[in-house]
Amino acid sequence: MLVIEDLQVMMGDKELLKHIDLEIRPGETHILFGPNGSGKTSLIMTIMGYPQYRVTYGKIYFKGEDITNMPIDERARLGIGMSYQRPPSIKGLKTRHMVEICAGDGADVDSLAGRINMNSFLDRDINVGFSGGEIKRSELLQLMAQKPDLLLFDEPESGVDLENIVLIGNMINELLERDNTPTKDKSVKEIKKARSRMGLVITHTGFILDYVTADQGQVLYDGVLACKSNPVEIFKQIKSVGYEECVRCGSET
Amino acid sequence: MRIRDLDDKARSARQKAADLGPDIDLDSYTIESPPHEAISDLARLSDGDKERMLLAGIESDTGERSGSYIQKDGVPVFTASLQEGLEIVPIREALEKFDWLADYYWKLIDVDTDKYTARARLDLHNGYLIRALPGARITFPAQACMYLEKDGFSQNVHNIIIAEEGSELHVITGCATAAHVSSGIHVGISEFYVKKNAKLSFTMIHHWAEDVAVRPRSAGIVEEGGLFLNNYICMKPVKSLQTYPRTSLVGKGAVARFYSLLVGSPGGELDAGGGIDLKAEDTRAEIISRAISNGGNILARGDLVGEVPGARGHLECRGLILNQGMIHAIPELVGKVDGVEMSHEAAVGKIAQEEIFYLMSRGLTEDEATATIVRGFLSVDIPGLPAPLQKEIDRAVDMSREDLL
Repeated sequence: MLVIEDLQVMMGDKELLKHIDLEIRPGETHILFGPNGSGKTSLIMTIMGYPQYRVTYGKIYFKGEDITNMPIDERARLGIGMSYQRPPSIKGLKTRHMVEICAGDGADVDSLAGRINMNSFLDRDINVGFSGGEIKRSELLQLMAQKPDLLLFDEPESGVDLENIVLIGNMINELLERDNTPTKDKSVKEIKKARSRMGLVITHTGFILDYVTADQGQVLYDGVLACKSNPVEIFKQIKSVGYEECVRCGSET
Repeated sequence: MRIRDLDDKARSARQKAADLGPDIDLDSYTIESPPHEAISDLARLSDGDKERMLLAGIESDTGERSGSYIQKDGVPVFTASLQEGLEIVPIREALEKFDWLADYYWKLIDVDTDKYTARARLDLHNGYLIRALPGARITFPAQACMYLEKDGFSQNVHNIIIAEEGSELHVITGCATAAHVSSGIHVGISEFYVKKNAKLSFTMIHHWAEDVAVRPRSAGIVEEGGLFLNNYICMKPVKSLQTYPRTSLVGKGAVARFYSLLVGSPGGELDAGGGIDLKAEDTRAEIISRAISNGGNILARGDLVGEVPGARGHLECRGLILNQGMIHAIPELVGKVDGVEMSHEAAVGKIAQEEIFYLMSRGLTEDEATATIVRGFLSVDIPGLPAPLQKEIDRAVDMSREDLL
C-alpha cells in the first residue's frame, strides 16, 4: 500500500505540492488528471525519490515503511517503478543491457522485447534517437523486466501513434494485472482478488482510459488534489466544463 | 637516403624540442640496456612478466595470435610467426637482411622532426618489422610487446608495419612496464604502409607506470581501396604522453579510422590525437576519441584535411571530467577545395545527474549507475575489428573503470 499524508513539496522557493493526501491499496490503479504545470509529474517524481523535489512537510509510506527520505535506488528495490515521459538517453548503454539491469537477476530479454515490438532496438543505445512512441515502448519493456509492485506512469500515451496505442494500452493493463479475461481455472472475481499491483497513471489527454480500467480518478490542480471520483466521470466532466470546475470542487472540500 | 646521411640529419636535431607536449630532458635517462636472454617459448616468461604483459593485451598463450614479438628494454627476446604469409623480424636484423626496407625506413617521418626522432635513429635499440605478404589473410592478430624492465631506461624503437597488396593484417601492440619500474621513457617510431586493397588494423594498448614519459612518432600511408584502423588505448597512469600520428590517404577509396580512449590520472599530462590527410577521390576518414579526466590534463586533438572533391571525414571528440582535471578538445577541419564534406562534434562535460537517477530508479546504486555510464561512454563500436582485439579493448576499459571509481 502507498500512503501519502499531508505532503508538501518545494523546488527552490517554489511550492509545487500542497497538502497532498493519497492512498493506493494493493490491486488499485488511480488516474491522475490535471493541466500542464499542475504538479502531476512533481508528485510521481517525489514518490520515486528525486531529491530536487524537497519534501518540506508530510510523509510517504510504502509497504508500511516510511520512505520519505529514502534514496531512489532503495525505493526501486522496495518495489517502486516508473515509466518516464522524457527519459534521458545514455550513449553506449545498449537497451538490452538496460533491460538486464531492470531485471536484476536474469531475464529473457529477447522474448520480453518481442511482446512489445522492441527487438530491433535491443542493440541500440538506450533512448538515443528514439521517437516518442519508441520511448514509451522502451519504458514499458524496462518495467516488464523490473516488475515493480507500484507502477508510476507519466503520460504513457503522449507521442504514441494510433498503431501502437493499443499495444501500449494492453501492456499497461497487463502490467497492472487488469486483464480480467477469465480462464478455465480462474473466474473474473478470483483474478481481481489475486491482483496486488498498484498503479498511478498521469494523463492529460485521457486517451489511456480507453484501454486501462482504473479504480479511482483524481484531479491535481495547482498543487492541490481535488475531485476524487470515478475516472471516466471525471474525464467527461473535464471535457465538458474544463478544469475550472475542479478548482471549485477543490476549494469546497 | 643513406644511413650516414640520416645520422647527420638526426644529429642536427639532437636538442630540438617538439612542437607539442612538455619538453623532456633525455639525458636524464640511460640508453644502456641490460642484457636479456632470448626465450624459446612465451610460456617461459616469468609469471610477473606474463601478468604485466597481459594487462597490455599480450597473451603468453598464443592460441589466438598469429605471431609475436617481445622486446625487453632494448633487446628482442622472442620473435615468432605462426602463420604463412606473415613476417615478423626485429628491425635491426631486417635492415641488414632486406635491401628493399630502405624504401620504408624513415620515409614517412623526418628524422630531424625533434629530439625524439633523432634519438630513435642515433640510439636505436630495436623494434620490429611486421609484414603481411601480398594476398595473405592474417586473421588472428599478431602481437608485439615493448616491455620496460629497467628503471630509468630510455627505450628507443622503430617499427615498420606493411600490409602488402590485397592482404589483411591485425596487430596488437602492448607497451607495459615491469611491476617494479616507476620511471622511464619510450620513444617509438612507427611507419604504416597499407597497400592497394589491403586492410590493416593496429591496436595499441599502453599500460605504463606513473612516472613514465611516452613519445611515439607515427605516420601512415594508405593506397587505393586500402583500410587502416588505428586504435589507441591509454587508460593507466602515465606522466607525460604526446602523440600525433598522421596518415595520408593517397589512393582512390582509401579509408582511415582512428579511435582513441584516454584516461588522465592526477599529475598526468596527455596530449594525444591524430591527423588524416584526404588526398584522393572517394577517400573517407573518421577520428573518434573519448577522454576521461580523473584529475589529469588531457588535450584531445583531431585534424582532418580534405584536399580533393568528394573526400569525406568526420571527427568526434568527447570528454568527461570525472574528478577534477582538465580536458581541452581541439577538433580541426580543413577543406582545401569545393566538394569536400567534413564535420565534427565535440563535447566536454561531467556525467549528467539525470542519467544517474534514471539508472538508480531501475535499482542500481549511485556507484553502479556511475560505473555503467562511464562504461557506456568508453564503449565505441569499431567496425572491422576482430573479436579477440575487441575483447582486449573491453578488458582494458573494464580494468580502468575499476580504477576510476
